[in-house]
Amino acid sequence: MSERTATIASRVGLHARPAAIFAEAVGELAERHTLEVTIAAEGVPAADALDASSILSLMGLGAAQGDRVVLRADGSGADEVLDTLVKILETDHDA
Amino acid sequence: MTTFHGVGVSPGRVVGHVRQMPQAVSEPPAGQTLTARTTPEQAVEQLKTAAAAVQSALRERATKASGDAKAVLEATALMAADPMLIKAAVKKIEAGIAAERAIWEAAEGIANTLLQLGGYMAERARDVYDVRARLVAELRGVPAPGPPAADTPFILLAEDLAPADTAILDPRNVLALITAEGGPQSHTAIIARAMGLPAVVAASGVLGVPDGTEVYLDGTAGTLSTDVGPAEFSAAQDWTSQAARMSGFDGQGVLADGAEVPLLANVGNAAEAVAAAQSGAAGVGLFRTEFLFLDRESEPTEDEQIAAYQGVFDAFPGKKVVVRTLDAGADKPLPFLSNADEPNPALGVRGYRTDHYRNPASGPGVLARQLRAVATAAARGTADVWVMAPMVSTPDEAAGFAGLCRGAGLEAAGVMIEVPSAALSSRHILKHVDFVSLGTNDLTQYTMAADRQLGPLAALNDPWQPAVLSLVAVTTNAAQQAAAEPDAAGLAAAKPVGVCGEAAADPALAVVLVGLGVSTLSMTARALPAVAAVLKTVSLEQAKEIAATSLQQESAAAAKAAARALLPILEELGL
Repeated sequence: MSERTATIASRVGLHARPAAIFAEAVGELAERHTLEVTIAAEGVPAADALDASSILSLMGLGAAQGDRVVLRADGSGADEVLDTLVKILETDHDA
Repeated sequence: MTTFHGVGVSPGRVVGHVRQMPQAVSEPPAGQTLTARTTPEQAVEQLKTAAAAVQSALRERATKASGDAKAVLEATALMAADPMLIKAAVKKIEAGIAAERAIWEAAEGIANTLLQLGGYMAERARDVYDVRARLVAELRGVPAPGPPAADTPFILLAEDLAPADTAILDPRNVLALITAEGGPQSHTAIIARAMGLPAVVAASGVLGVPDGTEVYLDGTAGTLSTDVGPAEFSAAQDWTSQAARMSGFDGQGVLADGAEVPLLANVGNAAEAVAAAQSGAAGVGLFRTEFLFLDRESEPTEDEQIAAYQGVFDAFPGKKVVVRTLDAGADKPLPFLSNADEPNPALGVRGYRTDHYRNPASGPGVLARQLRAVATAAARGTADVWVMAPMVSTPDEAAGFAGLCRGAGLEAAGVMIEVPSAALSSRHILKHVDFVSLGTNDLTQYTMAADRQLGPLAALNDPWQPAVLSLVAVTTNAAQQAAAEPDAAGLAAAKPVGVCGEAAADPALAVVLVGLGVSTLSMTARALPAVAAVLKTVSLEQAKEIAATSLQQESAAAAKAAARALLPILEELGL
């Protein structure tokens, strides 16, 4: 199991456009590497993590700018996928 | 060969094909289970196919949209096939629930979570409901909700239209509007006038006209006919040339004798203000500020408000802009202000009442903060900013509002006259405020005790009703008397009476209002050329005679007919 922690950079938080961009990227990468990516607020047990490819899950997470979230994935290419996704979260898509 | 009669609310004659607005998607019955012939696996497959279809339809629409609309459509497209949503529905299907009901409940659960998060997230709950309706429509094999998609312009036929429908109506694709419900002051009427489309409302039975039927619609007569022949084509052709004669407005609201009647515009935001200024409006007679507040879980900050107000003021440098303070409640509820549990919201804590009579739901100081933001924005530009409060019933309330305005450093304070009691006590109200503005939409609704949105009451909900005209006359007489009697400071000041309701956009009624003593008219910018063209043909004396004749009539129809008979220009212009 690979794991990365990211800090939300978008000013509106992980909502709207930033959430759409992220969910879409997760969907594509997860499909290409046949793995699942989860997301949870930092400190939340892995068992309660949410499907990161779901825009509705991301919105329900309610992560604001500056909040830290943990991404997890398992399988070949997981590290590479997570690194890409961290970059997306740490970019301000609302700028 | 049938003719349907309704109420004409926006002039114009067109021939075109009707397209029906699809019915809203109804809730699948609770406890609806899979039919004996459908296995859960098949139902899951159907749901996934529907999700993919809805997603690609939304993506297709997103490619044609731009800006915010594009972003919203792209996010909505993702929601349509969202893994969490589908997973939740699949679980229910596996428990034996029908696909429609399963997706309905799954979306409900997610929407509730978003609503509980509040703020921006709560607004997105609406997108979840929209996606849900599309998914259920797709599963049922019925058209998706929302305006029909057609390659050629059409006449939109609907039960009634909601304000939200304007945002998605493409004006280039709609020739005219006709609804079975709604009244002369319903949202459909307001939408039609703002878009400059011929429209008929309250045409009972019209929903029976099959999709695609060629029809002739007359927005002046209020009729729709399925009998389309050479006469109808030629009438529609005539309208095109008449409309061209009224395409421009030179900014001059003047009567035949040179008396000035400033023609102002009703706007809701900076974009509309810029468009209104381009149309030649002499200023803004009604700046509806609630649009900034709608769809919000919390009050917009003062900085946000200042920026929004400045956007409108900047469109009219050196000119008058009348700001109406927040008009929440009734058909425009605000979660942080209004109490949704009122049994009769139109008669509830709304408009100025939300500040004057605090209910448990209303946070204090919203109005004071709004006035402060208006004053700050006004100080940063050159617009002549006036402020007025909606839903004022007594002189005491008017005095309270004027006090708040002075406290904020705003010089011109007024109130709307839209409650019969305010019209009847305008003599006293005018002692406390600098001007009044007649909101004829609500004034008609309250005078006639007839809900603006109810089709069957369309005849009552007519600003031509003599009782409504009488209240206008009471108000203008009070203003003229106030001018004759010196006020406390020993000054004899004429206090302006404006009209900012839909009545001002009706060229014949505009003449009557001016004849009754109304000094300015404010309307949707689209109506300016027609109103100006008609006013130009009458002198103040003639307007007074026409008004006096109308006022003597016993019914709205007779009042209108009497005025029209004295205004041959209407026939000539096809109005």
